[in-house]
Amino acid sequence: MSVIEARNLRKTFGSTVALDGIDLHVEEGRIIGLIGPNGAGKTTALNTILGLAPHQGELRVLSRDPWKERDQLMRDVCFIADVAVLPRWMRVFQALDYMEGVHPRFDRAKAKAFLAKTTINGKSRVRELSKGMVAQLHLALVMAIDARLLVLDEPTLGLDILYRKQFYDSLLNDYFDSTRTIIVTTHQVEEVQNVLTDLMFIDRGRIVLNCTMEEFDARYAEVMVRPEQVAAARALHPIHERQGLGRSILLFDRADRQQLAAVGEVRTPSIADLFVAVMGNHAVPTQGVRK
Amino acid sequence: MNTQSNGISGSFESQPITAAVVRTTRPLYWSLRRELWENRFIYIAPLAAAGLFLLAFLISLIHLPARIRSASPLNLEQYREVISRPYDTVAGLMMLACMLVSVFYCLDALYGERRDRSILFWKSLPVSDATTVLAKVIVPFVIVPLVTTAIGVATQFVMALVSSVVLLASGLSVATLWASLSLPRMSLLLLYHILTAHTYWPAPIYCWMLLVSCSVRRAPFLWAILPPLAVAGAEKLLFHTSYVGDLLLGRFFGSAPTQASGADYIFPTNPMAHITPAEYMSSPGLWIGLLISAGFVLVAVRLRRYREPI
Repeated sequence: MSVIEARNLRKTFGSTVALDGIDLHVEEGRIIGLIGPNGAGKTTALNTILGLAPHQGELRVLSRDPWKERDQLMRDVCFIADVAVLPRWMRVFQALDYMEGVHPRFDRAKAKAFLAKTTINGKSRVRELSKGMVAQLHLALVMAIDARLLVLDEPTLGLDILYRKQFYDSLLNDYFDSTRTIIVTTHQVEEVQNVLTDLMFIDRGRIVLNCTMEEFDARYAEVMVRPEQVAAARALHPIHERQGLGRSILLFDRADRQQLAAVGEVRTPSIADLFVAVMGNHAVPTQGVRK
Repeated sequence: MNTQSNGISGSFESQPITAAVVRTTRPLYWSLRRELWENRFIYIAPLAAAGLFLLAFLISLIHLPARIRSASPLNLEQYREVISRPYDTVAGLMMLACMLVSVFYCLDALYGERRDRSILFWKSLPVSDATTVLAKVIVPFVIVPLVTTAIGVATQFVMALVSSVVLLASGLSVATLWASLSLPRMSLLLLYHILTAHTYWPAPIYCWMLLVSCSVRRAPFLWAILPPLAVAGAEKLLFHTSYVGDLLLGRFFGSAPTQASGADYIFPTNPMAHITPAEYMSSPGLWIGLLISAGFVLVAVRLRRYREPI
């Protein structure tokens, strides 16, 4: 069954169009990366899905209207909006008490088991914890909820590499299964590349790319081309070109792999490189773009 | 609820009802717990004030036996005057504490959670805006008056106990002290006065502050007091009258029809005070005020849906 169903989702702030008619269909059991430049509408899209902001157009999340039924929806949906939103005065045990009190699907034992793997003290206040520990605490609270949709908006912003790695590891190993859906936005695309099942690029309030990671692997190819073969490679219509290590690196969409192999070494591009290519073509052409 | 004795059919019917009650009251209960965790000044500030006063009172007890001897024990009213002033001071202190705590609480209640961004955490949980705002309304209308009254009464009892010990040690009568104080009646009067004059009569002011704390992006204190002041000033300038100003001051500083105010002012917790709850309950001013308060609260509930961190 579908988790999110949106048709012509729009949102404007005065004359600024934040969401420009988005169609969205999300099945359960997916991990979707929502990637976009600053101000592209990622947070706005998530806010409408979470019932934090009103919207125009059709939107159903788990068959509910998020804006009208936010409190009921939050029994099945949870989100980490930002690492810094846990109230600073709260003690860890108070957070557990409170969650247990208000959330019918919160499993305190599970949260405590997650916390036991960290160095977080139950009596500490949130303001006494380091940024990484706050993120760990929030993740422990959220993962102890038996929810169907988890939304993470820049969950690892400002954390060091160790915490970021642990964050995604526990999310994949201890939380994710085929009945749950996760939507994550991040600028650190390289660390979610192997986590995602679906990829979505959003720019200026529109979805400019929407594919599964299998499609991604099948569609896009990056070729390292020696200078003498650059002309031949360019004839195959790359969508993006950049320079690196004395070679040209060309990105192709739906190109013939055999032809590509003839001009250079073929590999799967990183999401970051595809992002630059797609956004670059979409917006002002950046250096190295040839059409 | 009497679910067990209802038999099988009864318990089948009442189960979903009980579940529904639990579903609505549990989030409210925990929202209240949250308010008390977050705003510990609700009890710490009155406790500190009472504690400081108690300290001063204990020091002043050195002079108590002398003062008692100089007063005539036969004239109960005069005796009471000598004895009861500190008790009235505690009561007055707690009335002031009740108002100040409620004002500071209401001005921050729906503002603080946006300033520290924690509103995103609260909104990620299955608690409705109505429940959250209701919990924040219960604090000034139930918790603060009860807490300040309890602290005031407890302080008075400690004062009376220690005074008794001092009087006994100096060989004076304790019975007259307790008889003239009549602490139980003073306690009830304090509760009555705090509830009527400092809680429900100024209700529109507290609810206005809650609404402002939900509305503005900055300086809720200024937004709460400047517009009413401006209206009062404009009225003075244009019509040379001061209805608005009098109305607001009267609301806040308790011109509530709680006592029959005779020619002589009598302190509200004086055991001789004559209270008129019927008059209070039937005064249109009270109900108009509560109606306006309810309106402010409803707007605040609607607004919180749109609120995000600032």
